[in-house]
Amino acid sequence: MTPTGTPSRDGQQNPSTENVLSTVFAPTTSGASYLNALTTELAARADRDGLLGVAFRYLDSPFGQLLVAATEVGVVRLAFASEDHDVVLNELADTVSPRILEFPRRTDDASRQLDEYFARRRRAFDLPVDLRLVRGFRRDVVSHLTKIPYGTTSSYGELAAAVGNPRAVRAVGSACAHNPVPLIVPCHRVVRSDGTIGDYLGGTETKRSLLALEAA
Amino acid sequence: MGMVPFSSVVSDHGPTVLRVCRAMLEPTEADDAWSETFLAALRAYPDLARDANVAGWLVTIARNKCTDMIRRRNRAAIPVADGLDTVATDDRPHTPDAELRRALATLSDRQQTAVIAHHVAGMPYAEVATLLGTTPAAARRSAADGIAKLRATYREDAPE
Repeated sequence: MTPTGTPSRDGQQNPSTENVLSTVFAPTTSGASYLNALTTELAARADRDGLLGVAFRYLDSPFGQLLVAATEVGVVRLAFASEDHDVVLNELADTVSPRILEFPRRTDDASRQLDEYFARRRRAFDLPVDLRLVRGFRRDVVSHLTKIPYGTTSSYGELAAAVGNPRAVRAVGSACAHNPVPLIVPCHRVVRSDGTIGDYLGGTETKRSLLALEAA
Repeated sequence: MGMVPFSSVVSDHGPTVLRVCRAMLEPTEADDAWSETFLAALRAYPDLARDANVAGWLVTIARNKCTDMIRRRNRAAIPVADGLDTVATDDRPHTPDAELRRALATLSDRQQTAVIAHHVAGMPYAEVATLLGTTPAAARRSAADGIAKLRATYREDAPE
């Protein structure tokens, strides 16, 4: 049988230029891992050149995969898997900067401290946090959350009083629900005054587990 | 609608840009050109029009970066008598893709853009036309002329 599709090797007839274009120019070594390596290098250069508005990484945790994102100032967003991470990245592109790349190094410290926290080897976070996503009253509330000690809880009413607006219980609840940096800013330590646990962005079950972890 | 995170731009278009760079440069240089392309794109990204054709935008940047690198490399090389022959100072082994890259470098700007955008980056002629500021028919013609010239040059330069 004579092969019909093979280019002539007699030197008189060249293989079709188009064929050569598509075969020769198709990068053979450019699998996903090759491009990942190029992308990692790109992120490092972007960071060096001050072009990386938001650096993010994915972090495995006992509560599922977390998205940790940081500006040059500090951790700007932490998201549980229950929030669609792609949606969160889209929001960050709109609200912080579209110059976003996966670059774990910037959140190495945050990740290490979170790991320690989950392993009960850390009670307080010592990290720069960028609260640019919260403004006004909500910012006051979120800033105050860090004052609630590890292993204790506060009620929405107490928190409202603490920020100087005892009637704003509902607004305090809403501020906690919109905390952009949960875990590190411990909104899970705020519960209902009737003793029930209250809502949590990462799910009520997660909130219960976190309080149990801190109580142990 | 808001801006797409740049990470998605890289994952969506990274392979295409690498193909363009590999079409114009040898692999190591192509990696550098890829990085230069995305670094320049990242710098300009916040100002990019929301309805811009991102693939076309990146192909243009990539082609410029590659052309710059070829120029830089040729300047660094020892000048040859006729000042045009870049092949003479290039002692890398003659592989078919190196021959084809050289042939590609001899195309006119329009032909090169059309061939790269359509045949390498896979852009439809309607989008290539926007890139060239012309009609789809004219874009198709430029690509066809480019391929015809490539075929002729490639045959000429082919060893043996």
